[in-house]
Amino acid sequence: MIKDGIVDLHKKLESGEIKEEDLVKKSIECCHEVQDKTNAFVTIIDDAKSEKVNSDLLSGIPYGIKDIFSTKDILSTGSSNTLKDYVPFFDATCVKNLKSHGCVGVAKTVLDELGMGGTGTTGHTGSVHNPWDLNRMTAGSSAGSAASVACGCYPFALGSDTGDSIRKPAAYCGIVGYKPTYGMISRYGMFQFASSLDTVGVLSRSVEDAAIVVDGMKGIDENDMTSWDSSDIHLYGSLNKDVKNKKLFYIKEVCDIENYDNPSEELKSHLENFKKTLDICESLGMSVEGVSIDKTLLNALPSVYVVISCAEATSNMSNLTGISFGPRGKGNNPEEMIKDHRTHGFSPLIKRRFVIGSYVLQSENQEKYFLNAKRVRRMIVDKMNELFEKYDAMIAPVGTGPAKYLDDSKNILSKDTSVLEELLQIGNYGGYPSITIPNGFVSSLPVGINITGSVKDDQNVLNIAYALESKMEYKNQLAKEVK
Amino acid sequence: MYKTVIGLEFHCEMKSHTKVFSNAINGYSKLSNEYVRPIDMAFPGTLPVVNKTCVKKAIEMAMILNCKIPEYMEFDRKHYFYPDLPKGYQLTQFFNPVGVNGKITIDVNGHEKEVLIHDIHLEEDAASLDHYYDTSNIDYNRAGVPLLELVTEPCLYSAEEAICFLETIRSIYQYTDISDCDTKKGQIRADVNVSIMDEDSSVFGTKVEVKNVNSFDAIRQTIEYEIKRQTELKETGRYDEVIQETRRWDDETKTTVHMRNKADAVDYKYFTEPNIPKYRITESLKEEIRKSIPLLAGERKDKYINEYHLSEYDANVLVKSKKISDYFEECLSLGSDAKSACNWITTKVLSEVNKEDEITIDDVYVRPNMLSELIDLIDKKKITNNQGKEVFAKMISDHLTPKEIVKKYNMEVLEDDNLIDSFIEEVVNENEKAITDYHNGRTNMLDYLVGQVMKKSKGKANPVMVKEKMIEKIK
Repeated sequence: MIKDGIVDLHKKLESGEIKEEDLVKKSIECCHEVQDKTNAFVTIIDDAKSEKVNSDLLSGIPYGIKDIFSTKDILSTGSSNTLKDYVPFFDATCVKNLKSHGCVGVAKTVLDELGMGGTGTTGHTGSVHNPWDLNRMTAGSSAGSAASVACGCYPFALGSDTGDSIRKPAAYCGIVGYKPTYGMISRYGMFQFASSLDTVGVLSRSVEDAAIVVDGMKGIDENDMTSWDSSDIHLYGSLNKDVKNKKLFYIKEVCDIENYDNPSEELKSHLENFKKTLDICESLGMSVEGVSIDKTLLNALPSVYVVISCAEATSNMSNLTGISFGPRGKGNNPEEMIKDHRTHGFSPLIKRRFVIGSYVLQSENQEKYFLNAKRVRRMIVDKMNELFEKYDAMIAPVGTGPAKYLDDSKNILSKDTSVLEELLQIGNYGGYPSITIPNGFVSSLPVGINITGSVKDDQNVLNIAYALESKMEYKNQLAKEVK
Repeated sequence: MYKTVIGLEFHCEMKSHTKVFSNAINGYSKLSNEYVRPIDMAFPGTLPVVNKTCVKKAIEMAMILNCKIPEYMEFDRKHYFYPDLPKGYQLTQFFNPVGVNGKITIDVNGHEKEVLIHDIHLEEDAASLDHYYDTSNIDYNRAGVPLLELVTEPCLYSAEEAICFLETIRSIYQYTDISDCDTKKGQIRADVNVSIMDEDSSVFGTKVEVKNVNSFDAIRQTIEYEIKRQTELKETGRYDEVIQETRRWDDETKTTVHMRNKADAVDYKYFTEPNIPKYRITESLKEEIRKSIPLLAGERKDKYINEYHLSEYDANVLVKSKKISDYFEECLSLGSDAKSACNWITTKVLSEVNKEDEITIDDVYVRPNMLSELIDLIDKKKITNNQGKEVFAKMISDHLTPKEIVKKYNMEVLEDDNLIDSFIEEVVNENEKAITDYHNGRTNMLDYLVGQVMKKSKGKANPVMVKEKMIEKIK
């Protein structure tokens, strides 16, 4: 187990207290132990070569890579049978950037197939188990990354976030999950799910580590037209706990328990715990206000996500035909071969989403569903931008409580919690910087809180999280199996 | 008789260093899969990056066609599954093409005709498929090559009008360097929509689309064949057999063949490409592009007639191809007289081009600098006109410059006055009878005498000068 964060590991490497190769070896060993319990990995890179430490904080540090990122000469499956043997010949830009800082990738982690899903149960190698309680899910799609970081396999792992794919599993596993502003990190080499929402990010055990890693990955990239120049932003160097007089808001409709008809005990505890965190915010000199947002607009959140993400996903995954790469389907003509490849390659969940995506894009439905979803997205973003004029950030509980059971039947689904469950999607609609940090326990399982701010206001969002983290006791928290 | 209505969709591969959304080379290669980057095969995680030069060229063409230019440049995905389409969609412009509602005036045998342009848009080409007995190979060289697609309104009424229009467009593409429009490299393709209707009717007939016709000849034949086919069906009372369908041109049988019915048409599920941020086409960008539009064929032709006083016929020959026109203009920039340069090009140079198939003026050994040198030698009376023609022929055969030819064959005009005077003296002395005859009115004797002097000079004297001297001598 590697308990230290990046800065401490760096000191130990520099002083010679740990040798680079021993650190990598330790990391790989830990991955193997964790694999048996959680099934977090598609590939453990046993022959990963250590890197010499230098003045760079990231040099010599082992880390995990969500299997949605293209890694040169290393199997990259997207946790999908359609890519089960795919070995890319190029690195994703973020992986390349970390390589140039001397980071050592030691594992490729399991995700919900191609990033589509929020349970960690749809990858082609099977479900990922939550290390705090192996009967529970990690949430997804960055399931393996969350589980392995929570287990101390390494200080951080890469994730991708289209709806809440970094920020929700981070909460369920009691760690930090940071989705920077859209375009801060190049998406080149990350298998596309929904291009207008997809964001590269990181899962770690401290805000500090999240800042260091994103500093190492970000930057304008000639291969991604949506990336932007952030060379004047130094997240780690500018971390500051002085958040006095910052103004936060939360959305009353989803955060106040009285707005739920029959709240579960877990939801009650979760929201109580949330209110306690608000008290900590105030003790830090910040103000917190509850604001009201039109319920109709809020209720539209989940369906906007379904329509836009499914439409873009259907299109993005049209390249998976088994013609240029991937297992070649059987058939007497190309059409049959493509059909066979896709019929056998995709799980039922993905196929369902493709059907939805195709349906909303059909010319007779496009106006009603796809274009309206884009309009509602715009309305939500306009409302958020208006609030960010007045407030420094939004604070929200992550999900409706702790991790759910892997066995579906044990999960009590309630319709009126769906907005809270999907609330973090707002961060993707507007491309906002958004970070989840652990804020306590419900039913002995970790829960999280989320801070979301205005576009390119990453520093502010990180500083609020950094200050809050320092007033709570969950920094560098590792999973302790509950039983 | 019936009225024919034709609409064209004309695809043309653009010239550029790299492909339109990929940094692979945009080039013609005999070797398959030579110019391929990861995005051209749609490997997971690859993203499109727009080629700015192609965007500017597309805007330039939209301007030339007097189109309305949108406020933003955007691209859309057009979805369908086919082995030649690696991403499963083609990037094109469906919602906001780079130009809409344009028009251009063309010349159809001396009559002006205005052709209405529905739209012009920038898109990418698919890979090409090579079919063999029991396999098909995919060549990704063409995947991602920039295409401009120009769509006319159904406003052309004969094969001749359609071809005149396409020739005009080809000329513009060549003059603007947007495309070579080389049919041999498969750079053009047209979808031809043909219908017929009663002369006095205002209701369009049933439209038949013939896809992927890839030469001007085939386009003409396609239109003519479809008019004939549809007319025959209409006249025999079987017009209901003309259905809204997609056909293709079969070059072997010189007929069109059914491909698919309109009812089988796929829903392309267009939506705007989210990976390419929309790009504002500013007034200053438009101004910059407008200024860069070169003189086109028509404008060059006017200039040749008005400024250089060439005949309309000659001007037409010169501007027919940009390469010829450029050749001519290079000669002028090197100081050659317009009329001389025009004469040499329209006669000697172009007859070299016509001697062989598949060559252009660029392949003729005599380059503009050499032709200018030759014209200069004649103008300075270093060689005679007749010698000039000989020099030209020898340049082609010997691959030498005019000066080298003149030197090699010792052709320089004799300028030594004393020597010429002594030849004249000799000839006068040797031909008393001829001179007498000349004085008695047999004026053609003068040519005989000049000829004798030329003989003595071994053809190197200037005959005009000799003639003048001879007249002076025997008057």
